[in-house]
Amino acid sequence: MFVSMNWIKDFVDLEGQDLEKLIKRFTLSTAEVEGIEYKGKDTDAVVVGEIISCEEHPNSDHLHILKVDAGDKVYDVVCGAPNARTGIKTAFCKPGGHVCGMEIKPAKLRGVESFGMCCSEKEVGISDNHDGIMELEASYENGTDLKDIFPIEDVIFEVDNKSLTNRPDLWGHYGMAREFAALTNQKIKELDIMENPYTGDKEVDISIEDDNVYRYTGVRIENVTKKVSSNVMRTRLYYCGTRAINLLADLTNYIMLELGQPMHAFDGNNISRIVVKKPENDIRFTTLDGEEREITPDTLMIYDNETPVGIAGIMGGLDSEIKDETNSVVLESANFDGVNIRKSASRMSLRTDASARYEKTLDPEMTILAIKRFIKLLKDVDADCVCTTNITDIYNKKYPELTVSFDKKFIDRYTGIDISCERIKTTLEQLGFATEQTGEAFVTKVPSWRATKDVSMKADIVEEITRIYGYDNFAIKTTSAPLLPTKTTDLRREENLVKDLLVNSYAMHEIHTRVWCDPDAMRDIDLVPEENVRILGSADNNGYLRTCMMESFLPAVYANRNYKPSFSIFEIGRVVEGVKADGTANEQRVLAISMYSKEMAEKNLYLQAVQIVNTISNMLKHRLPKYAKTEVTHAWQHPKNTTKIMIDGTEIGVLNTLHPKILKKISKNAAVVCVEINMDNLLGVPALDLLFDEPSRFPTIEYDLSLIIPENVRFENIEECWNTLKIETLQTVSVIDVYDSDEVKSITVRFVFGCDDRTLTGEEVQENIDNILNNLNEINVNLKA
Amino acid sequence: MKEKIQELKQKFNTELDAVKDTKALEDLRLVFFSKKGLISDLMKELGKVPNEQKKEFGQLINGLKKELNDKFDEKKLELVKLEEESEINATEAYDESMPTRCACGSYHPITLVQRDLEDIFKSMGFDVEDYNEIVDDYHCFEALNIPKFHPARDMQDTYYLSTPNQLLKSHTSAAQNAIMRKYGDALKKQKRPIKAVFPGRCFRNEAIDACHENTFFQMEGIMIDEDISISNLIYFMKTMLSEVFERDVTVRLRPGFFPFVEPGFELDIQCLICGGDGCPSCKNSGWLELCPCGMIHPNVLKYGGINTEEEPDKYTGFAFGLGLTRLAMMKFGIKDIRVLNEFDLNSLSQFVSK
Repeated sequence: MFVSMNWIKDFVDLEGQDLEKLIKRFTLSTAEVEGIEYKGKDTDAVVVGEIISCEEHPNSDHLHILKVDAGDKVYDVVCGAPNARTGIKTAFCKPGGHVCGMEIKPAKLRGVESFGMCCSEKEVGISDNHDGIMELEASYENGTDLKDIFPIEDVIFEVDNKSLTNRPDLWGHYGMAREFAALTNQKIKELDIMENPYTGDKEVDISIEDDNVYRYTGVRIENVTKKVSSNVMRTRLYYCGTRAINLLADLTNYIMLELGQPMHAFDGNNISRIVVKKPENDIRFTTLDGEEREITPDTLMIYDNETPVGIAGIMGGLDSEIKDETNSVVLESANFDGVNIRKSASRMSLRTDASARYEKTLDPEMTILAIKRFIKLLKDVDADCVCTTNITDIYNKKYPELTVSFDKKFIDRYTGIDISCERIKTTLEQLGFATEQTGEAFVTKVPSWRATKDVSMKADIVEEITRIYGYDNFAIKTTSAPLLPTKTTDLRREENLVKDLLVNSYAMHEIHTRVWCDPDAMRDIDLVPEENVRILGSADNNGYLRTCMMESFLPAVYANRNYKPSFSIFEIGRVVEGVKADGTANEQRVLAISMYSKEMAEKNLYLQAVQIVNTISNMLKHRLPKYAKTEVTHAWQHPKNTTKIMIDGTEIGVLNTLHPKILKKISKNAAVVCVEINMDNLLGVPALDLLFDEPSRFPTIEYDLSLIIPENVRFENIEECWNTLKIETLQTVSVIDVYDSDEVKSITVRFVFGCDDRTLTGEEVQENIDNILNNLNEINVNLKA
Repeated sequence: MKEKIQELKQKFNTELDAVKDTKALEDLRLVFFSKKGLISDLMKELGKVPNEQKKEFGQLINGLKKELNDKFDEKKLELVKLEEESEINATEAYDESMPTRCACGSYHPITLVQRDLEDIFKSMGFDVEDYNEIVDDYHCFEALNIPKFHPARDMQDTYYLSTPNQLLKSHTSAAQNAIMRKYGDALKKQKRPIKAVFPGRCFRNEAIDACHENTFFQMEGIMIDEDISISNLIYFMKTMLSEVFERDVTVRLRPGFFPFVEPGFELDIQCLICGGDGCPSCKNSGWLELCPCGMIHPNVLKYGGINTEEEPDKYTGFAFGLGLTRLAMMKFGIKDIRVLNEFDLNSLSQFVSK
């Protein structure tokens, strides 16, 4: 929104103030200013000039040679404006003067010398009219500075509309002026209005048939003969981003920019009885921008009897538009439910200056004030117009009057500084809050323009006082809270350890993927999103949240397939495993790892993944997981190498290679291994206590066995052979060599025997080894020859 | 006897001169100094010497032994040194400029920035909390004093889900209520102020371009106690941000509207690049809008079980929101926000650590 400081000055005395500083304070106390523009600074020596002669240019079919009386002397000017003619007064820039920064120098045009320039409104920057040179009233004396006729010089600043969402009162200059009054420690001037313009008993016939109409105020005015708005009004409208149209339309815009109250002027000849209601069915309606629009039955409409004439709070209709010949109007100044207007505007994609204001829940008290102000301003221009009805006012929803009680102690506590009682009271009153003080206690009445939603409680009052006081003026201080320890949560500790391990020990890369599936990326590798909880309003295959991390990770592997011959990625992200018993989404926190390699055999990559899972488990829980082959649950899992990961009986994840069909889509010559670990389940597994085991002082005995492993025997079967013996002196068992060829598979196992209180004998060890060998023999595992 | 001693000395000197390496020196040692060596033989001969001469010859032999020993040690030092030198000369000088394969993994830039911030907050006594990505309408809006028909609740801004009343959290503030309930007891019973930060992924329905993402990270913080004031808020924000940017920052507050704070502020910091003079980074204003903050709205404290109807003003607090995504972009000079969620390892592998 653009704000004109000239306009502000109508309501508050800013004599002697540094406007730029003041506007910066406005940013810190009220709303964000996005930019300041100094209008008219680059225009000078533009005066009223009378064309006293006008001849055709001998070498041009459109140029004229003029003699212009500019008060001080007569200038010879070459001018191309079609409306240049003898006898009119126009805006004339003398040679050496400037219009909008451009210097006007004497120049030769098609062989004729020209001194100065006759200007259009666009050239002096007060409108975008460039049809011809300005035509000024004959009463102006030649040589009068144009700046004395038009308020060309002004300071315009733009406020970020977003910072005004909660301040319906700031959507007009009068409300802005109230802020400037408080900032300069004064009270705002009363608005000049016309009271009782009519003394009969005729009313505007208005009938309200919907609860979304809070207030509807109207008046009929006849005999409006003037068509053009005042110079001041037209210039201000233009500077604030609105084009001047005609007197009546301009006035409705002017009132809206001044008070924030949208108004509508219907052609009086078209209106006999105003009805406000929603249409029963879908209708088509042409708005005054010429667009035919679909209107649904949720939309509040203005009717003349049964003929729609406007969309309430958004835009009027083309048929009842004010035309240049209109001399009778019915004025509407109304208040509607903000949410209803916002929804209608958004449904039709028709956000207007009016609807933007209504959305903010305007003060209904303004409707009647706006009409009285309108009549006053209209009368100033067109004294002959007459009101032919009362100001008819239907007020259906009045906001309750709000008062807030508080004391200085509360303000002191909330601010942490000492703001005097006097300061508190003055600030509130300057902002329009009638305030009574008893000692250090206050009762303040929230003014109607702040009472629609913005201010209702003590904390709101604190804001009013402190923002005007200025946050830059606050003494700042620390709190004096007791010193108490804080602890990192187990969740965060485990996440950090896992990330550090994967990055630093396994050179993995952490990535972020989206929580919903990308069907396009999945299609590239022959996958489709699995049925799951969805984002509402999404089409086709879109909007499914992922059921597991791999729905995001496999496309990520595919996207990086040319990054390097080998890489690994991981993320701790969220998945939704369907819905819980209560119907809500079952969100889980899951660690995903994908390892990709063109250099390692799939088996080795797989075993490395096992090593990583074991390390994670050992690091966090001080114990090793168990693995169990499981049925596949997703299309990409390999039927043979998909394994559940269990710790302490809790299933914490799954480890798998890829189904050949999917793997071939990703790469023809790479191996991919995937791990998912449910971090929430893992968090729930208790860690074993770390108990110190003092290393024995007696020597240990190592014993190596090279074993031939038949097909289908897993290491866990072999392990059973000594685990069942529960040999107390067997300290560790490790695999020190693996030989794997097409014909034969063998491993070398190293047993370490030892005892805490003595040296073992060779016989004891041999006895144990014999027992182990017996057990091995039973599952057809034999010593290598 | 004297002659024998002299002879032995002569023999030793001649042979020592001929020794060229430590191996030959060891052979020489065995010949002269071992138990069956020549010096031992000489000592045995002492037994045949008349008693009155024993003392004299004994001293002579011992003198000889010492002299030869010294010469031997000297020679040994010399030879060891020579041999080390020749070994050094024979060693290849390795080329460390040969390119190696990098064995570095990488953290996501958000993780790096998040850890930095968490460290700072922990050092200031804050608890670090996590929260779900899927939340319900109550926690995301209702409990935050965002009324039913607020524009933020429109479909075009928020991802609502097919499950009843659930949505992808549109701001980390959605965790406020849960955090207040978690720590409220300790506040009331142990007078332990609530100080917590909660980072998290947030979602808003936006078209993606270089500056906009539908998935981004925030870090929210709250502090609640008796008598927390605006003055405390400004002090805290200044201290915390000075730590974040590793220099003394100047902050200013402007009124800002957020339904869950009152008063609400936009906090600006003086531009770190131009120091407030105005530059393209701060659009010539000298200030950078950094984070929204404010005094927690009385209704939000009430919904969080902190204040009661009987004592509606007992506790006050402040809240602030930091854009983790924006901070990460500022810190690492990432110009296109899409880098963060597009899992391209050519980009992300660069963030080996801070």
